[in-house]
Amino acid sequence: MSELIVKNGFVFDPLQGIKGDRMDIGIKDGKFVETSALGNPKVIDAAGKTVMAGGVDIHSHVVGPKVNVGRLFRPEDKLFKSPLKRGNRMEMGFSVPSTFKTGYDYARMGYVFVNEAAMPPLHSPHVHEEIRDTPIIDNAAMPVFGNNWFTLEYLKNNEIENNAAYTAWLLRATRGFAIKVVNPGGTEAWGWGLNCESIHDPVPYFDITPAKIVTGLIETNEHLGLPHSVHLHCNNLGNPGNYVDTLDSLKLAEGYTAKNNFGREQVLHITHIQFDSYGGDSWRTFESKAEEIMDYVNAHDNITVDIGQVTLDETTTMTADGPFEHSLRGLNNLKWVNTDVELETAAGVVPYVYSPNIRVCTIQWAVGLELALFAKDPMRTFISTDHPNAGPFFRYPRVIKWLMSREARDATMKTFKWLERTIDATSIDGIDRELTLYEIAQMTRAGPAKALGISNTYGGLVPGMDANVAIYALNPEDMPSDPEMIEKAFSQCAYLIKDGVVAVQNGEVVAEPAKRTIWVDVKVPDNAQVQRDIYEHFLRHYSVGVENYKIFDEHVHNPRAIEVDATQ
Amino acid sequence: MVKKIENVGCPFCGVCCDDLVVTVSDDGKKILEVENACVIGSTVFHRAMSERHTLPRLRQPDGTYKEISYDEAIDYAAKVFHNAKKPLIYGFGSTNCEGMAAAAKVAEKAGAVIDNCASICHGSSFLAIFDNGYPSCTLGEVKNRADVIVYWGANPAHAHPRHMSRYSIFPRGFFTGKGHTGRKIVVIDPRHTDTAQMADIHLQVKQGHDYDLFDAFRTVARGHDIPAEVAGVKREDIIEVVDIMKKARFGTIFYGMGLCHSDGRNHNVDIAISLTRDLNDFTKWTIMAMRGHYNITGPGVVWSWQYGFPYCLDLTKRDIAHMNPGETSSVDLAMREEVDAFFNVGTDAAAHFPIEPVKRLRKHPWITVDPHPNMATEISDLHIPVGIVGVEVPGIVYRMDNVPVQYRNVIDPPEGVPSDEELFERIYERLCEL
Repeated sequence: MSELIVKNGFVFDPLQGIKGDRMDIGIKDGKFVETSALGNPKVIDAAGKTVMAGGVDIHSHVVGPKVNVGRLFRPEDKLFKSPLKRGNRMEMGFSVPSTFKTGYDYARMGYVFVNEAAMPPLHSPHVHEEIRDTPIIDNAAMPVFGNNWFTLEYLKNNEIENNAAYTAWLLRATRGFAIKVVNPGGTEAWGWGLNCESIHDPVPYFDITPAKIVTGLIETNEHLGLPHSVHLHCNNLGNPGNYVDTLDSLKLAEGYTAKNNFGREQVLHITHIQFDSYGGDSWRTFESKAEEIMDYVNAHDNITVDIGQVTLDETTTMTADGPFEHSLRGLNNLKWVNTDVELETAAGVVPYVYSPNIRVCTIQWAVGLELALFAKDPMRTFISTDHPNAGPFFRYPRVIKWLMSREARDATMKTFKWLERTIDATSIDGIDRELTLYEIAQMTRAGPAKALGISNTYGGLVPGMDANVAIYALNPEDMPSDPEMIEKAFSQCAYLIKDGVVAVQNGEVVAEPAKRTIWVDVKVPDNAQVQRDIYEHFLRHYSVGVENYKIFDEHVHNPRAIEVDATQ
Repeated sequence: MVKKIENVGCPFCGVCCDDLVVTVSDDGKKILEVENACVIGSTVFHRAMSERHTLPRLRQPDGTYKEISYDEAIDYAAKVFHNAKKPLIYGFGSTNCEGMAAAAKVAEKAGAVIDNCASICHGSSFLAIFDNGYPSCTLGEVKNRADVIVYWGANPAHAHPRHMSRYSIFPRGFFTGKGHTGRKIVVIDPRHTDTAQMADIHLQVKQGHDYDLFDAFRTVARGHDIPAEVAGVKREDIIEVVDIMKKARFGTIFYGMGLCHSDGRNHNVDIAISLTRDLNDFTKWTIMAMRGHYNITGPGVVWSWQYGFPYCLDLTKRDIAHMNPGETSSVDLAMREEVDAFFNVGTDAAAHFPIEPVKRLRKHPWITVDPHPNMATEISDLHIPVGIVGVEVPGIVYRMDNVPVQYRNVIDPPEGVPSDEELFERIYERLCEL
């Protein structure tokens, strides 16, 4: 079949420790091979360019019901046409792009794998329909567990094995990828218009604390040995002074070590930690606590984080943290969508404008960058914008620019209305660190792939792995003096090769190789108790039958199952 | 041996009951019995086998229909798309999402306007949602938690026969073990409907004055005084109902066409949403549109992920979709004679549109895609029969609360008859060749 060789590029592959060496990369039949194994390959000249593995996004809201309601209820988000030459299908939307634009834009940035951040299990057929219509990129989706009635009941009674059996069942029923936890307990409380204010605030009726939900799920995750760890959106997100609660949440991981066969080392991934790193006791005294948070993260190997960088755009917030979206509605008084999902979760959607004229927004901007710049281990700290919550994903190149250039940060800060107060409330002005291309490769592909437990397939250029390569028009030996060129190079890659097929060339989509749905298939011992509980809850409390709840094979697009045997 | 098929979804209304049991003959060709469905749902299945055409029919110069092959029909349809300056594809209340996605692909390729039945139904709800959002929930949440139910301008006893028993008034859920005895039911309707018959309180609002009444509710909820009578309802009654609403543990407002198609339209829905927002400052309240057909929620969902708009999508500009009801809505386009070909899919525009737009659409090629003959097929230039979703064709549909439900087929379509999805994929392929 097809053979390709990427010649003479500066290669950055943290999985192999390659730091910008001039190398050739061989590709045969969609996989990386040693160049010696090639016969007469087609040559892609990467001389003077940066070569990395295809990008891996650990946390992004791209498919599913709340994403789609964000599209539906914001016609104003479609006001401007995409400036780029369109792909095969029409490309619509800004902060919440259409599925087609999502796939094409990720490909243009050199990304190949995107992990959907929250799948309400009841809505999994919707998630998979959108995955089918998202071209080029491979997708996984994490079902939410942190407010699921089965989970709350099992964990309250310390029934880890039962919870594990239920988790395995739900991952199969929804073709899900990992255990997502959003505002544990608090979202269930939102069923009554309430919240759990801290990790020790018990859930109404279920009488279990968020802390116990998180530790119980960590134990479940390591009992099963899943590829990814528990993926946590903390309690009390978004509020001044919440760094105390965040540190409490981080400490829950103490004493746990990762048990899996996928090379993952963390037991807890804290997502969009920017939203959890605030000091002060009101919006007036709002300040950064990024240093305190990163001191803890740097000192604890069993934790990974993604930053959730604010990009200073008008965007659409969406999360399965229903009470948070309700309080955000109270803050900006814009339109508000809420969807409580029976027995499982509750999502909210509210538009939001991160303005450089608003002090809290510019402090948030600084917090995100501080987190990445204080990181001692870029293999455990990843770039994200919690798309579209802190900003749209296609701003990653801008985030990379800020992280790689003090000059770019200063230029942005000059536009702030409350510059001095932003500087006073943060330490961003005292940081001179500029990240290297190698560190960017760690934060955008190798690191997330390892944390997701998929680094045997994605995130590197090792022979045998899927042949996903991004080539950027950046010469590490002659980096542009204008930081804007960094953003441009990462926005429109010179080439994206997906599964050995050139999908993007000079920033334009030229082919749509088949995309996949990645899910985790866990074998567990038969568990009659859990089967009976499932039968009872569906008989009495769900509004669809269990046989219609479990997704039909025909609705899962081009699946690739990661097998886990937890029967031993 | 006859075969019993369980967990069958019902292709009638937006309640999307998925607990039907259908008995089919041992050759798998005849539907013998339908259990658990309401009388309308059951009729959909029993009617499946009668009045069916198995070949497309093309109108002849003498006015009669002549059967043609599917290849000929697909060629004809593709050419109509190809030759039209601004074709309109309308319908989709009664088909699956796979068909809607395939039809959108054709619309995009052909540069067409694509619209669905919301255009003449809950479209005004979307306009309110654009302005004000939509604090809602799934129907199981209502069953498990709700202790106050409000039906406003809706008559589920007739339009959504199992809505009250499955989700709202009668079921015993997790926190609602007493069923209907633990719930307060309020019906607000100018008519004393069969639904009002079930209510603890029926407020007989003056027709066309729903907005006034909502305004009074909001005023009372915020602690202000109101006149002795608003919209035909006495102050004491309003205060009583608002008090019930504020003291609810969990409440849901179900509203129907009585709001979105009486005077005020989207403004009625808008203020209903505002009332729900207000009530969330006191306790938990949600709101839900009583969507009509079993998958009329579907096109709004599918086209939102594909283009960002739920209905009235003008794709004629090829690289940007445009939506502006009044300008890009089917009836208005027809009235202005802006479209020069009409595709009626999975609905009956001839029966549901006012007669004037039907007459104007009829001046141009009219193609109807529907399993059964209906008024539209009888005035069409071409009728292309397809399989019946939920009976002969499986697929995903969206319930009125946006929950996807996976439908099954219980029998196969007549030999050679394609699904909507297959049909539109084939039209797309032919269109690419032209």
